[in-house]
Amino acid sequence: MTNAASAAMHLTDYGNGDALKLVPTRNGFGTGLVEAGERDANVIAICADLSESTRMEAFSKRFPDRYVEIGVAEQMLVAMAAGLASVGKVPFIASYAMFNPGRSWEQVRTTMALNETNVKIAGAHAGVSVGPDGATHQAIEDIAIMRVIPKMTVVVPCDSVQTRKATLAVAARWGPTYLRFARAESAVITTEDTPFEVGVAQTFRDGDDVAIIACGILVYNALIAADELARDHGIACRVVNNHTIKPMDEAAVVAAARDCGAVVTVEEHQVHGGMGSRVAEILAAQQPVPIEFIGVQDRFGQSGAPTELVEHYGMGVTAIREATLRAHARKRAAR
Amino acid sequence: MGSLAPERVAELERHANDIRQGIIRSLLAAGSGHSGGSLDMADIFAALYFHVMRHDPKNPDWAERDRLLLSCGHIAPVRYSAMAYAGYFPVDELLTLRHFRTRLQGHPERVSLPGLETTSGPLGEGLAQGTGMALGAKMDHKDWRVYVVTSDGEHQCGLHWEAMMTAAKFKLDNLTCFIDRNVIQIDGSTEDVMPLEPLADKYRAFNWEVFEVNGHDVGAIVDAVEAAKAVRGKPQVIIAHTVMGKGVSFMEGDYLWHGKPPKRDEADEALRQLQTARDLIGAGARG
Ligand SMILES: Cc1ncc(C[n+]2csc(CCOP(=O)(O)OP(=O)(O)O)c2C)c(N)n1
Ligand SMILES: [Mg+2]
Repeated sequence: MTNAASAAMHLTDYGNGDALKLVPTRNGFGTGLVEAGERDANVIAICADLSESTRMEAFSKRFPDRYVEIGVAEQMLVAMAAGLASVGKVPFIASYAMFNPGRSWEQVRTTMALNETNVKIAGAHAGVSVGPDGATHQAIEDIAIMRVIPKMTVVVPCDSVQTRKATLAVAARWGPTYLRFARAESAVITTEDTPFEVGVAQTFRDGDDVAIIACGILVYNALIAADELARDHGIACRVVNNHTIKPMDEAAVVAAARDCGAVVTVEEHQVHGGMGSRVAEILAAQQPVPIEFIGVQDRFGQSGAPTELVEHYGMGVTAIREATLRAHARKRAAR
Repeated sequence: MGSLAPERVAELERHANDIRQGIIRSLLAAGSGHSGGSLDMADIFAALYFHVMRHDPKNPDWAERDRLLLSCGHIAPVRYSAMAYAGYFPVDELLTLRHFRTRLQGHPERVSLPGLETTSGPLGEGLAQGTGMALGAKMDHKDWRVYVVTSDGEHQCGLHWEAMMTAAKFKLDNLTCFIDRNVIQIDGSTEDVMPLEPLADKYRAFNWEVFEVNGHDVGAIVDAVEAAKAVRGKPQVIIAHTVMGKGVSFMEGDYLWHGKPPKRDEADEALRQLQTARDLIGAGARG
């Protein structure tokens, strides 16, 4: 399992079940936001009646004068934040991704992006891994609706440690931004020493048979699938943590396709319109190769346990292995 | 003194008690979900399903039925429990709440379970859909009515106020909105998070007829609905003053019970309290 790329990235011993730590990505947002507030007095937080579950609570206690509670009003959340940004604040706005930015799309487009205001959307509880709350609360279209808006930055970190770094990074960097995280506990893959830069994809595992390009908490499943494929089939996968959906690291995506000749994309999102679709847009124009798409296949979610749903909707380790084998076979057939 | 006979009131109180016990059992089996608001609306749902509404549990798609929309979908357990006891599906099915492949989704889904009318959970969308249904009934000269159950927290959503204006514009007197006025939302009191008062005056200013009622007095609830039905030319709102977690002492009035289920020992204690209350119904004590 040791791999030069993972060593360079200072990853945890994620493959060792006993050592594996499980922490929700939203926790990293909570700690990162307090630190961002310490670094910059203009950073403020606005919440729509979900301070505990979005993890804004810590900021509200540390900086009560820079915390604004507006109740169940997600359109207000965005438009008001745009106003605050226009007078020099750096507002982070939090609710569930289903409503923020799900409910407020046109306000995001007009008051944040077209209007060029420095607002940071924190979308919590994204993906089917929200679990028993069911389809109404499982945001699996949010990456698509955010990435099609000009000027937006869209970041989907892979674990809690990276979510903390991403929060700090987007706070320090000018621009309307969507930061997406999840509710469920998920594997901690990165360490304090792992680098992070918005717009720079990371090779977490090297290989040249198939490139698995993943984002969010499913990067862990991608890494496990890659380890198993190496062990069981002698297939060497490159695993790319493609955390920035916009602006996407096109050079890294093209290089992965060129070096490996086949690609699998992995995201907790509809396969239509998300990260994988962007990868396909890039590769169709610059480096056409066989691509398999892991994600929700144009369906709605439902109630269930997080892992049960990730498996059911075809995003588990087995599904990634099978997709990788398909991509590998297609590459060979094409030669 | 209300219009209902004491025996009828006692019957409805027993239904409300059954509904509460069903809520506790289903939430225990689910391991997640919203206890507080579900319990506090049990008396209203008992009045609606067992007295007020024109409906047929064996024919949930009956065209002439009254429409009941649950706008604040997170309190689905109260609706599921009321429907089960009313005969829409077996009471045992309540134990599948929030499980994989259940018809009783964490938030109600119309296509999943017959009799739900809408899919809800995202707040503030019920009154708008109810306004559409009520307007449709008027267009077709139908005499069925539309009831929309809302929470107080969702009155912070702009869409709800758009619906209030629209319902008044079209004089939808076939539309009655209930408000679960427990003064609680997730981050605390509604009056701290985003003040709603003076809520009744706001409805009056929007050309609605306003009734206020103790949301745990089934007789008074039934009388309020009758009074609402007699109104002509205006939609009506019934502001039901409720206590979150009503019926379970350690949940009452505590916002921390908004979104969590009882643990095993808490559920046992809750069911014990509810059964004690049930045994006293009709004997002069309140259920
Ligand atoms: C549009 C939208 N935003 C946020 C949420 C998350 N949420 C669920 S319930 C709730 C508010 C709770 O207050 P209330 O509706 O009064 O319900 P109660 O606690 O009284 O049961 C919120 C913010 C949601 N369901 N929909
Ligand atoms: Mg409330």
